[in-house]
Amino acid sequence: MSQTDLQAGDGADLRFSFDGRTYEGRKGETLAAALLRAGVVTLGAAPGGDTKRGAFCWMGWCQECRVWHDGQMVEACRLIVSEGLEAQSRGNGDA
Amino acid sequence: MRSSWDIAVLGAGPAGGAAARIAADDGADVLLLDEQRRPGGQVWRVKSAARHFASDSPETRAGDAHRAALEQSKVTFRGETRLWHIERKKDIWVLHVLTLSGTAIYNARAVILAPGAREFVQPFPGWTVPGVFGLAGVTALIKSQQIPPGRRCVVAGSGPLAIYAAAEILRLGGEIAAIVTPNSRADWLWCLPALLANPFLAKRGAEWIAQLKRAGMPIFWRHLVTRTKGNEVLSALHVSRCTSEWAPTGAATEIPADTLCIGNGLLPNSEIAALAGLELHYDADCGGWIAPVGPHGQTVIPGLYLCGDGAGIRGATVASEQGERAGMAAARWLKGAPASSGSQRRSHRAEWLGLAMTGLSRPRRGLDSLTTPETIVCRCENLTRATLEAEIDAGAASVEALKSATRCGMGPCGGRYCLTSAARLIEMRQGAAPGTVSPPTTRPPLFPLPVAAIGTEFDYDDLPIPAPAPL
Ligand SMILES: Cc1cc2nc3c(=O)[nH]c(=O)nc-3n(C[C@H](O)[C@H](O)[C@H](O)COP(=O)(O)OP(=O)(O)OC[C@H]3O[C@@H](n4cnc5c(N)ncnc54)[C@H](O)[C@@H]3O)c2cc1C
Ligand code: FES
Repeated sequence: MSQTDLQAGDGADLRFSFDGRTYEGRKGETLAAALLRAGVVTLGAAPGGDTKRGAFCWMGWCQECRVWHDGQMVEACRLIVSEGLEAQSRGNGDA
Repeated sequence: MRSSWDIAVLGAGPAGGAAARIAADDGADVLLLDEQRRPGGQVWRVKSAARHFASDSPETRAGDAHRAALEQSKVTFRGETRLWHIERKKDIWVLHVLTLSGTAIYNARAVILAPGAREFVQPFPGWTVPGVFGLAGVTALIKSQQIPPGRRCVVAGSGPLAIYAAAEILRLGGEIAAIVTPNSRADWLWCLPALLANPFLAKRGAEWIAQLKRAGMPIFWRHLVTRTKGNEVLSALHVSRCTSEWAPTGAATEIPADTLCIGNGLLPNSEIAALAGLELHYDADCGGWIAPVGPHGQTVIPGLYLCGDGAGIRGATVASEQGERAGMAAARWLKGAPASSGSQRRSHRAEWLGLAMTGLSRPRRGLDSLTTPETIVCRCENLTRATLEAEIDAGAASVEALKSATRCGMGPCGGRYCLTSAARLIEMRQGAAPGTVSPPTTRPPLFPLPVAAIGTEFDYDDLPIPAPAPL
């Protein structure tokens, strides 16, 4: 079987930032999981409202965990953290 | 990269993995696609590379065997590949996918769909607060990341997933403040014969319950979570008793918690089947709207097969057996041979249990009253029940009409997390039976396409837009 697999991680720590704050991540884990371990569950603003949203389905479908990364909105529950990764929460006007 | 195959299989869970392997063993050239990184599906989701040292559960071990069998086969697996459209051009199926690096197109003579299920959560006040998670979703988090979903957790919902998730959270060092389930002990007793016919699963269930009992977990039978508290993050929730139809009743008890895992059963993922041209019908016992299939997973369209939970929620054992039959049937169809062959596995006991568990999880009508007028139903567009009902009262009699009137279900989730509730609202408002208001026409793309992916290879104007269903 041929496959597109990521490098197996070794559990080594790395650093990434979310909304300007630095967090520690483990190689191979998702951004949403790394933030959850750090106690961060609020990932963005509700559309058009003044309330907040965070991960909900944990499988890439509900889109509630989307954050800005590299100029695009991506699912934090599927984005694998990497050394130096920067991400920002979405505002209430972001589609 | 190679783009043409005898058979393309969508979904590498128990059903799709088995289908791909059996078809490849029979000599077919098989491509297996999944948006997950590795095969395993929902039940056998692989551990993240960050957590490979974490101890194994029976699910991890079954998944490892599934992955090893696929690795030894001639199947070509492409992970992190998400199907966003499928169409048939003459006799060739065209699969449009999103990969990490952009879009791609694969062609195949036959297609086996094994897209599994997703979760239903009845909207209730405060279900959008960060820290409230889907119950099945939390099992996905637990399996892949091997971490508890929070510090002090309440696990709520119907069927076996609530018990399983609570036991796993304890194993991973999380604290369980309470388990809240609308099922009664008597509901479970009804399932006892089906459980006893499947001793392995019954034993595993008994172990979870023993583990929860040893840890002194309070289990609230015939109870519901009725609302949450907290604005930016969850701080507490209210729990009330419920009737046998699952309508909340009586005074509420407040439970402090930072995490709530809540779910109300599974829905077959039928969108891809609908996009491929199959008509859906409502089958409450199988979890909702499904495309009808024959005993070998064959559909009314030659060369198109459907198996696993995507054809009705029956659980992992049945999914892999259905996959085997569909894989064999597709491989034989390519050779012009009939599908039947005598010695195929089919466990009626497993099917009995799977459907019993689906019955246990299935939302009962009283649950709808959790959704108060101010409750957000469509999370993406922030639409409340009152807003939707105003449009229903003004004449929106179909999900399609409600969508165009309010934008319900037109946000980035594609309606996966609200349109089932929207259809139920219309049915209730019209006093119609469950399953009378059908899902809207499925249109591509099934997932939001990133701008970068659209760039070069692809033109929105080329998208074949199916005729909309009548309003
Ligand atoms: C979140 C979740 C957790 C569950 N956990 C358990 C559990 O712990 N124990 C249990 O007995 N049952 C569990 N179930 C029930 C489960 O559905 C079945 O037992 C079993 O996994 C069904 O097998 P399957 O092969 O039919 O589907 P699945 O295992 O769901 O496999 C379907 C596969 O298709 C892929 N897929 C779907 N759509 C696309 C697309 N558009 N593009 C690319 N890939 C796609 C998915 O990534 C998935 O890997 C869970 C269900 C859900 C939704
Ligand atoms: S949590 Fe639903 S898409 Fe990430």
